[in-house]
Amino acid sequence: MQVIKIQGTDDTPAVTLDVNKSNPHLEISGRSLPEDVVAFYDPILEWLDDYAEEPLKKTIFNFKLEYFNTASSKLILDILLKLEDMYDDGKDVLARWHFPDDDEDMEEAGEEYADIVEIPFEQVSYSID
Amino acid sequence: MIEKFDKQNSLDFVYDFYVKMKRNKINLAYEGEITHQITKAFTSLTENNMSLENDPNSVQKKVFHVMVECLQNISKHAENRHNIVSSKDGRGIFLVSKDDNEYNITTGNIIKREKVQSLKKMLENINNLDKNGLKQLYKQQMREGRLTPKGGAGLGFIDIARKTGEKLIYSFLEIDEKNSFFVLTSTISRQK
Repeated sequence: MQVIKIQGTDDTPAVTLDVNKSNPHLEISGRSLPEDVVAFYDPILEWLDDYAEEPLKKTIFNFKLEYFNTASSKLILDILLKLEDMYDDGKDVLARWHFPDDDEDMEEAGEEYADIVEIPFEQVSYSID
Repeated sequence: MIEKFDKQNSLDFVYDFYVKMKRNKINLAYEGEITHQITKAFTSLTENNMSLENDPNSVQKKVFHVMVECLQNISKHAENRHNIVSSKDGRGIFLVSKDDNEYNITTGNIIKREKVQSLKKMLENINNLDKNGLKQLYKQQMREGRLTPKGGAGLGFIDIARKTGEKLIYSFLEIDEKNSFFVLTSTISRQK
């Protein structure tokens, strides 16, 4: 599989999609308010389409966002819907939603996504010092 | 009638404008195109000011959220009457004011009069919902709404209402037979 590694900026998230290593890593983190949300998220969604053809035994996708705008929220849902397709296809899938322990809004955003998509969904809090 | 430009008048205007800004505790005022660069500049400026003021983290995040959604509303939905050819971004006026208790974020922009009714209806609907109702509407719009070609998700106003916990304050002024001026103010309490 192709590896996607995008450095985060102050308006675009960091993205790692790497399943070639012994410890595969799928993660999106940081801030998301890209100028063109579709252009930013399209390669990620396409990667997931390819990956879904031959996924690992277990797919864990990490979301560790500090902030995302409403335009990005639709595209984040699109990622989750790709995971849901895989899950419906009988694949072992887990979405792991990380949120700062003092950020109720981000925690609630995770709960809402968990309500919308029907896949195993885990909420993990972390502290920022 | 457009007043004839004269230098003395213009100097008086600047002082008058300054006094009015101070009186209304406005610390950011802008009129023009709302580009992505402008959005980034204003949010980072405001973030810096807020961290110097020691506003709680949760307040800073809410102000950031509301600013981005307000600015993107203008850039995606406002009519751009002055500069139709060269620009894809909408233009409008953007104000941030602050006193001891709250931040106010105000936008004003021109919209076509035929769009006023549906926008009014949407805002009234949002203002009639409680916390849980807004959450349900947000989820429904997320599931069913589609991204517009300009990247609008139809979630901005709902998000502002949820983040602020306040009603949206707005008005529409008729400018001429084709256009109205839409003003929206969002309030974020500085108490945690």
